[in-house]
Amino acid sequence: MLLKEGQVRIPSGCAVSAVISREGELMSGEKIVASMVPMHERSNGLGGGFAGYGIYPDMADFYAFHMFFTDKESKKACEYFLKEGFEIVKAEPIPVRKIPSITDEPLIFRYFLSPLRSRIADAQVDEREFVARAAMYINVRISGAYVVSGGKNMGVFKAVGFPEDVGEFYRLDEYGAYCWTAHGRYPTNTPGWWGGAHPFSLLDYTVVHNGEISSYDANRRYIEAYGYKCTLQTDTEVFTYIADYLLRRKRLTLEETASVIAAPFWTTIESRPLEERERLTYLRNIFSGLLVTGPFSIILGFDGGLMALNDRLKLRSMVVAEKDDKVFIASEEAAIRVLEPDAVNVRAPEGGEPVIVRVKEGKY
Amino acid sequence: MIILNARATDNAALNERVRAAKEDCEIVGCIGERFIGAGLSDKTINIKGIPGNALGAYLNGAKIFVDGNAQDAVGDTMNEGEIIVRGNAGDAPGYAMRGGKIYIKGNAGYRAGIHMKEYRGKSPVIIIGGRCGSFLGEYQAGGLIVVLGLNKDGKRIVGNFPCAGMHGGKVLLRGNADGVVFPDKVTARAATSDDVDYAKPHIQEFCRIFGLDEREVLSSPFTLVTPDSANPYKRMYVEN
Repeated sequence: MLLKEGQVRIPSGCAVSAVISREGELMSGEKIVASMVPMHERSNGLGGGFAGYGIYPDMADFYAFHMFFTDKESKKACEYFLKEGFEIVKAEPIPVRKIPSITDEPLIFRYFLSPLRSRIADAQVDEREFVARAAMYINVRISGAYVVSGGKNMGVFKAVGFPEDVGEFYRLDEYGAYCWTAHGRYPTNTPGWWGGAHPFSLLDYTVVHNGEISSYDANRRYIEAYGYKCTLQTDTEVFTYIADYLLRRKRLTLEETASVIAAPFWTTIESRPLEERERLTYLRNIFSGLLVTGPFSIILGFDGGLMALNDRLKLRSMVVAEKDDKVFIASEEAAIRVLEPDAVNVRAPEGGEPVIVRVKEGKY
Repeated sequence: MIILNARATDNAALNERVRAAKEDCEIVGCIGERFIGAGLSDKTINIKGIPGNALGAYLNGAKIFVDGNAQDAVGDTMNEGEIIVRGNAGDAPGYAMRGGKIYIKGNAGYRAGIHMKEYRGKSPVIIIGGRCGSFLGEYQAGGLIVVLGLNKDGKRIVGNFPCAGMHGGKVLLRGNADGVVFPDKVTARAATSDDVDYAKPHIQEFCRIFGLDEREVLSSPFTLVTPDSANPYKRMYVEN
């Protein structure tokens, strides 16, 4: 049996990379995959993954559920459940390229879904809540079925393997996205398995993470009180639910969300001007259970933008640069130089300082 | 001097070629190759491109020149030699170094000089031309760290929590360290001319290498940070 988080500890780093076009230009996945190569040593072949935004322009009105199934039974059970709440507009295997370095894959499918109005009305929730609940239901209740991603016009592609192999496996050179995020995994504490690879996703939110959440259990207990269930058995998952909770449900801004997750020290808060001090104190007090401690650098992707954030002590590296309308973020400058050799304004954000990039309105 | 192209070689193979070379090397096309010059005692290495993490780790007397930026952990645990960076450096340059010098023309990231120490006759030196991030000289036990603050971006010379856990060595900041908050267990005061004289030969050399006006750099007041006693944490854990 596969041992998961808490059942086994594998002491061991990770790599993240991202590119976004403020003009909404669609970029093939080729370069983001190549950007992971100089950071090869940061991964150990036990997980790699990518999130692409803007990849399904012809199906942009439908929720794209990327799914892993361990067997045909779990697929059947999941489809039975989906048909009750959604019109399945299209269902197909996600095209892959068979390569020797990626083996033992689950059944990998995608469903383009339109939630049934009547069922949304029955549930007395809004559409996004309805879809989020369906994803959560599948992960918790349908054995062997995992929602890899479930937003509109976006998708997550992940596997056990090195990121450059995962990119080839999923044929990412055939997709065009205005924003790509990437992850190479070096599992700390947990074994590498397909569901445990990054990015983690709920609706259009995706998270790639380099680090280890010391406060995982405190964060998990807090967020599970609001209907989320941590089922993928690895710490990064909780970031995704915290982002969904604070941004979608509590309607916090990205800046406020960053001030919750990577809240400054009280001594630092005391040194800020009155208005900011009050804001930071309020956020730290109200959402104390969502302060994430331990080393992390994360990139949160969402419809039309991304946010990069380091832990407040900056115990992981992150470099940001730009060129024309594009912004690049990675664990190492070398990765950025692969994406754009002539990138300028190369800088390392402070611990807890969010880097927020949005695509121009109407361009995505 | 022989020219080595870093493209299409991995870390280990590149380092093998550097070690095997009978003369000084220029590495071109560097893109994140790690551990360049690790443990090397006898050559000069010029680097074009972006060297990877732990550049010059355990360096033992060799000289390394980087044309652009360097990544994290430059000179990790180095023992002797020189690392000269014409751009910026990432986090933790000089991590646990105990000898030799690291000169960075631009800015440095978080934790510059963390765990730096002295060893017998050795006393390491780090000079940062621009500014640096938080936790400068964290747990510093020996040696000299100089930050000149010549950055033009208007940002403060050093981030939060400088010299946290410092129990040996010196930190010299150019200027009055306005707005910088130091921990209780260190003393920050205006440097005397004797204090500056101690660092002067290194600062002069730094200015010569990077073409800076040494008189202008040295005309400013400096702030000296030292631990309050030789062993301020003595009573915290055990009597010893």
